[in-house]
Amino acid sequence: MSEPRGRSFYLLAGFFALFILFLYGPTITIAILSFQGPRGGLTFPMNGVSLHWFYDLFEQQAVGDIWGSFRRSLGLGLMVMFTTVVVSVMGGLAFRKRFLGSGVLFYLVITSLIIPSILVSLGVGLIFNQLDLDVHWTTSGFGSQLTWTLPFGLLIMFAVFNRFDKTYEEAARDLGATSWQTIRHVVLPIIAPSLIGVALFGFTLSYDEFARTLLTAGSYNTLPLEIFGMTTNVTSPVLYALGTLTTVFSLVIIAIFILSAWWLNRKQAIAGNDSGNGLV
Amino acid sequence: MSSKRSISNDLTGWLMASPLVIVLALFLVLPIAMIVVVSFWGATEFSIYPAFKFDNYEFLFRSPVTYSVYLKTFMFTVISWALCLAIGFTVAYFLAFHVRTQTWQIVLFLLCTVPFWTSNIIRMISWVPFLGRNGIANQALISAGMIDEPLEWLLFSDFAVMLAFVHLYTLFMVVPIFNTMMRIDKSLLEAARDGGATGFQILTNVILPLTKPGIMIGSIFVVTLVMGDFITVRFMSGSQSANVGRLISNDVALLRYPSAAATSVVLLITVLITIGIMLRFVNIRKEL
Repeated sequence: MSEPRGRSFYLLAGFFALFILFLYGPTITIAILSFQGPRGGLTFPMNGVSLHWFYDLFEQQAVGDIWGSFRRSLGLGLMVMFTTVVVSVMGGLAFRKRFLGSGVLFYLVITSLIIPSILVSLGVGLIFNQLDLDVHWTTSGFGSQLTWTLPFGLLIMFAVFNRFDKTYEEAARDLGATSWQTIRHVVLPIIAPSLIGVALFGFTLSYDEFARTLLTAGSYNTLPLEIFGMTTNVTSPVLYALGTLTTVFSLVIIAIFILSAWWLNRKQAIAGNDSGNGLV
Repeated sequence: MSSKRSISNDLTGWLMASPLVIVLALFLVLPIAMIVVVSFWGATEFSIYPAFKFDNYEFLFRSPVTYSVYLKTFMFTVISWALCLAIGFTVAYFLAFHVRTQTWQIVLFLLCTVPFWTSNIIRMISWVPFLGRNGIANQALISAGMIDEPLEWLLFSDFAVMLAFVHLYTLFMVVPIFNTMMRIDKSLLEAARDGGATGFQILTNVILPLTKPGIMIGSIFVVTLVMGDFITVRFMSGSQSANVGRLISNDVALLRYPSAAATSVVLLITVLITIGIMLRFVNIRKEL
């Protein structure tokens, strides 16, 4: 496999590098600009370098209720994450066998994925409105976000179970395990690393969701709603400082998830391999 | 997947799927039904009232605005889709067939997907210092002597909207295409090469046909995301351009829910027809 690289490789590698620059360049730009001096503006040049705009974020009066909305987004993200993992695993297990209506349910899942987000927002908002219930991020907001995270969770579970080696289960059953024991002690440990993937989707998609929470979050904003509100009335780099902070937060979360998936995978590879242990 | 069904299978299936069914029933099926119902209702300036009339649809189909907005929506969709496909395919092709070690493939693939898990709103805002009147793009073009006056159409324009769509959604193309490409049997490529095919011929005659399912799935994502969007168009066009999603959000802002609902029903039907056509070319369940 060590034939020399052709010209097409270097062309494509250059294209790929440009694509990465296109993906990350703008975010890096606002990260740099968030360190503007106190009199700096929204574009270059930098007017000195300072942490002024980050300090601003911690002053309640300067901007809206950022920390409250951050706490709500964090709480909602965790709620959505746990629910997505549990419901997706159960759904994934259910879909391994055909059952009455499984085809219809599958198309509902796909509909949930492709339906314009604002329709979910509008529909849920209308129902709460007509029932004289107050929309709130823990009820209507929570449910609306699940219609976006669950399809991703389920598609991951479908992919996982398509590759799942059923002989492990058959072996467990031959040894007398009940179906619950088989799931608890054989299936779940094997699919555990992929559950981290489902959790990552559940949390980040919820944490960043905008359209589905727009009409369903009620009077207490989530962070993306708060940020969007700021774009209409805040014209200082404090917006960039907030963007930088929340992006850094997302990156840390992503890193934690990816590292734990990698660690679980490795542990599994070591634990599942008994070579070198001898025959006894 | 076994093709035989039994009563006990049905029961355990429903039991396991019941949380999913409950969530989708309450927050997908009921809301859609509610939208359909409300689309026939009437509205006063302050409230909406139950009725069964076609006024909302009549107004929608009579208004010339509707057609120009749909035209704009399709334009955004087709152009963004074509760009996402071209860029996404090239990136996936590079990752799958030109990066040689698996470790590098994983690292570069993750590098492509990480932005997907960060905030879309922030990623839109981050174009401001780049495209603004005194932004990096204008400054660079002026100092290169290519223009004398700053270009006004970079930010808050249709150009900016489509740039943002490509920026946000190309990942949705890269991932499924890469996934399908990785499952192509490498011996097929070797056979083609042994048979005397050039690299370009292998690409067009072997890889491209085998990658169609991935392309289809990516296309479904991009098309539905762009057609159903309203926030990207609002922010990146500086409220100067409109698509169907913005029509709905404008009605909502004015509390004209029945009118918003009628527009929503038409949009949903349009999206479902588009996807129905695309699904004829691919079996999603088999491709995961």
